[in-house]
Amino acid sequence: METLTDQNWLLTVGVFLPLVGVLVMMFIPRNEESTQKLVGIVTAGATLAVGVFTLSAFDYGRSEDLQFFVDAEWIPVINSNYTIGLDGISLPLYILSMAVTFLVMVYSWDNMPDAGNPKAFFILMLILQTGMAGTFVAQDLILFFVFFELVLLPMYFMIGVWGGENRRYASLKFFLYTMFGSAFMLVAFIVLYYNTGASSFGFAHLVEAGAFIDRDVQIWIFAGMFLGFAIKVPMFPFHTWLPDAHTQAPTQGSVILAAILLKLGTYGFVRIALPMLPEGAKAWAPVLGILAVIGIIYGALGCLAQTDMKRLIAFSSVAHMGFVMLGISTLTTFGINAALFGMFAHGLITGMLFFVAGSIKHRYHTLQINKLSGLLVQAPHLGWILGFAAMASLGLPGLAGFWGEFPVILSAYNPGFGLSEVLFRTLMVIAAIGTVLAASYLLWLYQRTAFGEPSAEFSNASSEGGVAHSLSSAANEHDDHDEIYDVTPIEWIAWTPFLVAILVLGVYPQLLFKVIDPAVTALVSQLGETLG
Amino acid sequence: MFLSFASTLLAQSSDWIAPTIDWHALAPELVLVAGINIVLFLDLSLEASKKWAMATITGFVLLGAFIPVVTLAVIGDGTRSMFDGRYVVDDYALILKALFLLVGYVVVLMSQTELEEGGYYQGEFYVLLLSSVLGMVMMASARDLVSIFIALELLSIPAYMMAAWRKRDEKSNEAGIKYYLLGVFASAILLYGMSLLYGATGSTLLTDIGAALSDGDLIGLEVVAVVFVIAGFAFKISAVPFHSWAPDTYEGAPTPVTAFFSVATKAAGFVALMTIIFIAFPGADDVYEPMIWVMAVLTMTVGNVMALRQTNIVRMLAYSSISQGGFILMALAFAGSPDATGAALNAVIVYLLVYAFMNLGAFAVVIAVSRKTHSGEISSFGGLFSYAPGLAVAMTVFFASLAGIPPFAGWFAKFNAFRAVLDAGTTSAYVMAAIAAVNTVIAAAYYMRVLRVVWVEDVPDGDTSPVNPPAPVVAALVITVIGTIVLGVFPDLVARFGDIDSLTGAFGG
Repeated sequence: METLTDQNWLLTVGVFLPLVGVLVMMFIPRNEESTQKLVGIVTAGATLAVGVFTLSAFDYGRSEDLQFFVDAEWIPVINSNYTIGLDGISLPLYILSMAVTFLVMVYSWDNMPDAGNPKAFFILMLILQTGMAGTFVAQDLILFFVFFELVLLPMYFMIGVWGGENRRYASLKFFLYTMFGSAFMLVAFIVLYYNTGASSFGFAHLVEAGAFIDRDVQIWIFAGMFLGFAIKVPMFPFHTWLPDAHTQAPTQGSVILAAILLKLGTYGFVRIALPMLPEGAKAWAPVLGILAVIGIIYGALGCLAQTDMKRLIAFSSVAHMGFVMLGISTLTTFGINAALFGMFAHGLITGMLFFVAGSIKHRYHTLQINKLSGLLVQAPHLGWILGFAAMASLGLPGLAGFWGEFPVILSAYNPGFGLSEVLFRTLMVIAAIGTVLAASYLLWLYQRTAFGEPSAEFSNASSEGGVAHSLSSAANEHDDHDEIYDVTPIEWIAWTPFLVAILVLGVYPQLLFKVIDPAVTALVSQLGETLG
Repeated sequence: MFLSFASTLLAQSSDWIAPTIDWHALAPELVLVAGINIVLFLDLSLEASKKWAMATITGFVLLGAFIPVVTLAVIGDGTRSMFDGRYVVDDYALILKALFLLVGYVVVLMSQTELEEGGYYQGEFYVLLLSSVLGMVMMASARDLVSIFIALELLSIPAYMMAAWRKRDEKSNEAGIKYYLLGVFASAILLYGMSLLYGATGSTLLTDIGAALSDGDLIGLEVVAVVFVIAGFAFKISAVPFHSWAPDTYEGAPTPVTAFFSVATKAAGFVALMTIIFIAFPGADDVYEPMIWVMAVLTMTVGNVMALRQTNIVRMLAYSSISQGGFILMALAFAGSPDATGAALNAVIVYLLVYAFMNLGAFAVVIAVSRKTHSGEISSFGGLFSYAPGLAVAMTVFFASLAGIPPFAGWFAKFNAFRAVLDAGTTSAYVMAAIAAVNTVIAAAYYMRVLRVVWVEDVPDGDTSPVNPPAPVVAALVITVIGTIVLGVFPDLVARFGDIDSLTGAFGG
């Protein structure tokens, strides 16, 4: 694998630009709220612009190579360097993180959570952005670890301060779960370091030297990394933090969590655990596959039992990430390609679903499915968007979700490197049943919330609101039941890119596959050198 | 008459040669000694209204002592050994001296207002503080049982009095008495161990002891001696099961003094322990390694579990500092294994340096906030973020750093400790790493709970008037915040100080 060092300032700027915005915002008084928001959005926009420029400067003919590569001295004492680079695997996620942060911030322009204080809120989102982007470009384990952990605190505070009623419990649970995983992950990193000659934490070196570690040791190191990454994904049985965190997080937090943070875990598997520990990966692959499929079924059944819309979407995340993990566990080019596509698609689709859920909550002040109905009547555009995202989520061909699910199921038919075909074909069948369940819970959700007549409570609200308008004196009494309005312009601005991307990638998935595929092919052929 | 007696004595011992004294190497200690006298005499002559100047003068003394440390480091012509290797100034000693002086300076900043407003005895306080710092600075250079013991007593005895400084407060008196009784008890045990060590090896010089202990198998007497010496220091570093004095003393003592104890005296204990282990006990690793292994596990676990239950912030920080001590000890448990020696030394030094910044900072925030709330309860920090965002962010930096979350310095200290343990590569090392990993999570639980109070909870009494911390406390906060962040992002700034290559030579071993 070669490295290209042209324009290698790009990634550093892309990663740390948000922190410049943070510095600026720190010196603006807290009560100048719109200035704060503006600076935040401009920073995120500038970051995205750097990202778009990166996209145009990227050499797509060589997406298996690390591009914009930097290797500078950082902590010589422990042989850890500031090594960053971008290839076909990380490019889509890197750009997605920038786009999502920017759009979420635009959405926050007039959708601040109740706790207010946009200054702190926007600063946290910018720090989060640095952590996410950094994780995707890091090519050194310690650097990766630092960025991976950097996202913890901002997300903890986002849930804790701006979250729902149960936010104290949810935020601490999120934090401790992740912390638990990353502590063992760090131990695994250090053991890996010592088992490869203690000469470098750089990915390239570890990928080369890791293959020579004894199989038993690899399995143990993989176990440590598994804890760290699987909790982040989250895989069954470590998923219990996710529904709480998602349900309690503010809309913005849920979107970022679903769209990017969960991918840090799956990305870690693809980028670190698999290539560095091929034997360990092969030994663990059946476990990953089985847990992934349990996750698919468990998540789907969990969805069917939910009464809260946000919680339902959260459980659907568990199921979708199960598909991604199943694809990774096949250790095939086909499966990993599909998994990476699935990560990207899930980011867009679930992010969109959480946006819609947030907007429904904003209008109805509840997300109880049995209280909602007739969304299509009261807010037709919102209803249609919910339908669109739900269809994409259940894997309707022609939308992005399909390409993350269907190829994964196919790939399990022929797992790589002599993994048990019986096992993976069984998993394939069960996963296929999972898609049916996905269709049922999403359609059922859509049916209950969007179809029918608006429930009495809210239809009254809108008509009484009308009366109240004429009798202006009574208007204040109905403050908490505002008229149910349709999608606002700000929401359109924030959501349209998501909708377009879901559609375009659904119709023309090659757009993404052609970026990912060379890198994945290189990865799997490198696995093949050891596993045969 | 005396002079003639002395001269005959000198004449009789013809082979006695006056030791050559390297004045430059001793300059930090000399500046401190001079400073102690200046502060003492000025205190006698200053009228009460001008006592505020004492803190400033003390600060200058500490900075003055810092200058020779810097020049020694810049000249850097290797090891300066005095008195037959009993007092050594090398890179290891210099970095630790710098640490103690810096901690002393920050503690002066933190105590200034507290002492002025409390009407305490300012002059005496600073004299004692300087004496204690002098003891620590000496500890960094001591390479002999006697000089180690003198340094230890010089730093401890003033500390007993400082603990009881609020003399009309029962808790403060309790703190002083407890600290004194257990401290003296520990000194006795230590002294007993040292005397056995001297008896068994025939020397008080650490390098000689090291040679004697490495010579063949240990005899029973030597084993007992090693155990007693380590137990004696275990009191000083409040390692479980010798920790029981710490929470009461920390809670009762004035908060700046508590900060001083939890950082400086503890670090001094670790420095002594480290010097002895690396120079005198390499041959006794079969004895001290299991002992420290057990103590480290107990210390981090018990400290954490107790900290979880605290409702008082200072008590919580006391237990947290016990548990942090366990993480420092953890690396020493593998100091004897040939692979990990260098990493262990590095881990302890880096941890002490980083810990000083973050823990002092945490106490500085507590001092700043409790000036307004007059309460030590964790709940009194409720809603701090809403009325004092700056302090809340500072507190976040320190507590996240204590929990070991990047990009704050604590992560590197913890990482380095893990690295040292795993470098040993034995089963006991892996077990230790797993226990420590679980402990990191437990620790995160109580640190995050405090941060949750700061960020999420409502202001308890609805009083949202801003906090106006006095300028010296702000200065202390600025120093510690910058230190915590910069060392977290560029850990190499401290990591290089623990480089074994420059230290093994300096140890003369």
